[in-house]
Amino acid sequence: MGAVHDDVHHAPDGRGRALRLGIGGPVGSGKTALTAALCRALGGSLRLGVVTNDIYTTEDADFLRRAGVLDPERILAVETGCCPHTAIRDDIAANVDAVETLEERFGPLDLVIVESGGDNLTATFSRGLVDRQIFVLDVSGGDKVPRKGGPGVTSADLLVVNKTDLAPMVGADLGVMDRDAAAVRQGKPVLFTSVRTEGAAEVAAWVTEQVHEWSHEHEHGHDHGHGHDHGHPVHA
Amino acid sequence: MTPGLLLLTDSRLPAGSHAHSGGMEQAVKEGLVHDLASLESFLAGRLRTAGAVAAGFASQACAGHDPVELDAELDARTASPAQREAARTQGRLLLRVARRIWPSPALEELAGRLPSPHHPIALGVTAAVVGATPREAGAAAAYHAVTGPATAAVRLLGLDPVAVHRVLATLDLPSPDGLPAASAPLLDLLAERHRRSPVRLFVS
Amino acid sequence: MSLAAVAARRAMRARAEIATTLSAGRTALTVLRSSPPLTLRQTGPVTVHLVSTAAGPLGGDELELDLRVAPGTTLEVGSIASTLVLPGEGPSSMTVTAHVGAGASLRFAPEPTVLADGCDHRMAVRLSLDGDARVWWREEVVMGRYGEAGGRCVTRFDATAGGRPLLRQELELGTGPCSPAVLGGARCVGSVLTTRPCDTAVADGAVADGAVADGAVADGVVVMPLAGPGTLVQALAADAVELRERLDWGLAQVPPS
Repeated sequence: MGAVHDDVHHAPDGRGRALRLGIGGPVGSGKTALTAALCRALGGSLRLGVVTNDIYTTEDADFLRRAGVLDPERILAVETGCCPHTAIRDDIAANVDAVETLEERFGPLDLVIVESGGDNLTATFSRGLVDRQIFVLDVSGGDKVPRKGGPGVTSADLLVVNKTDLAPMVGADLGVMDRDAAAVRQGKPVLFTSVRTEGAAEVAAWVTEQVHEWSHEHEHGHDHGHGHDHGHPVHA
Repeated sequence: MTPGLLLLTDSRLPAGSHAHSGGMEQAVKEGLVHDLASLESFLAGRLRTAGAVAAGFASQACAGHDPVELDAELDARTASPAQREAARTQGRLLLRVARRIWPSPALEELAGRLPSPHHPIALGVTAAVVGATPREAGAAAAYHAVTGPATAAVRLLGLDPVAVHRVLATLDLPSPDGLPAASAPLLDLLAERHRRSPVRLFVS
Repeated sequence: MSLAAVAARRAMRARAEIATTLSAGRTALTVLRSSPPLTLRQTGPVTVHLVSTAAGPLGGDELELDLRVAPGTTLEVGSIASTLVLPGEGPSSMTVTAHVGAGASLRFAPEPTVLADGCDHRMAVRLSLDGDARVWWREEVVMGRYGEAGGRCVTRFDATAGGRPLLRQELELGTGPCSPAVLGGARCVGSVLTTRPCDTAVADGAVADGAVADGAVADGVVVMPLAGPGTLVQALAADAVELRERLDWGLAQVPPS
């Protein structure tokens, strides 16, 4: 290993590696279902890897493996020692290690999804770990959640409001959620889905756009004397 | 005392240790640790075995002893593959952050020779880079051997964190002399059972 | 032997040795030197048993056993009975040094060492293996006779293979409070080091539940593939019978090479 760059374990300097996408949100909002749906939708066009951080460690990884959406070897589980937010925000070492393990083992990859363990509204990913992040809410948490804001809702690159099919049953007003989210998110996108019943085509389209944007940003004219080639994304 | 040593021993150093319980998760699950008294006894036993070994090796690594030789000697002192894996994972992550925080030829050389060193070796070499003494490196390694399990017990058992820190404050640190080989059969058993457990909150 | 006789005997220094040589393609036991209280009896073509001809070790005794297994030869060492370590004038020690040549095989399987109340004992093993030497080495320690808590003992095990460290372990018994990290409430601790690899266990499909490709674990016993060429079976138990059963379970997970 040479000592050319800041971190020979290729820290997130963005050069030539996969886009790292964080998926966070409260317990039960549908992060794992969304991850599975994204793997299903994107598996044919992008080279994928997944890191899960479920508090019961292998549970989410097992769900994904059973779902058959991705080669099980491309799914790694990270234990978070009872503190899911620590592992994605304050001490990201184990997650970065897992992402790089996937890239070393299966690379070049286009997209690595890091799914956080279920946490609270203040949990967001460190920019040292992911390049983009999705925050997943569901309507059963009440339509006031977007108004309450919190870093997850306000700062995520994409807010997904899931389980819209349940809205009538839990008395959630999607219009209110849309309006409140728009107010606190300053123009950043919000998508309403029911991943379980409809899949995640819109979210997948957004992710594909991010991957293309990322590869264009880092493929052309950004060589920085980088010695080795991590490969280039396949364009869908 | 060099400021680098304070950073190196801070549990908030982002080097992945927060997710390692050093056998505590399994000890709690099996009922071996269930209150402050059993916690203290567990930590004291861990400190005079695994802690003493870590202290001796971190100290020697800090003093400039050949890390590859030390690493092989630590392998021979770590019969449990689960414990070897946990030690090497923590060593790799510490080396990664240390190289970014304190870029230096010594750390580059270590990474070139041992990409995943046992944790006490990564700690000892880093301690030397930040200007700590071998004795301080040994103390840091010994503390690392018990602070992680203690914090895990706070999270797993809901113990009073102040009471747990009082326990930590009363433990006698082993003096980091020579290269001890103190073994702990129960830690081996706990580590191997933990690795096979389908439900785990901690890596080790 | 009466207690009076035990009390009357003085501290002893002893050094017994066994050596093999390869003679016309077969093992010959060319050195068999007893040194009381370590008395050696050849009990088979390649088998030797230790027969105690005096009580002890007693405090003050310094006993050594030296084994040299020449390249290509085989040696098996056992003992007729358990070793009872008794208190006396100062600490006692038993040191076994063994060198196993290339292609040679050593099986060292003595009965347990029992630490009587008040003893202060040191057990040391220095084992060096050349090339493709094979070894099977058992060590069992029982804290106290029936109803006793047991004395003090430090065991040290150093094994090298091809000049590289294979296993180094030190265990202190009876020197401090028991810890749920070290021995818990166990009265007996034992291990078997074997150069057999255990990574073929599952492939052979001949192992019990609890085994995985990289070792196995069950109540009070763990089978651990070492970083070097070998496997360590380690067990804790309430009594010597349970200890032996657990070690045997562990060994059953390691197929014969």
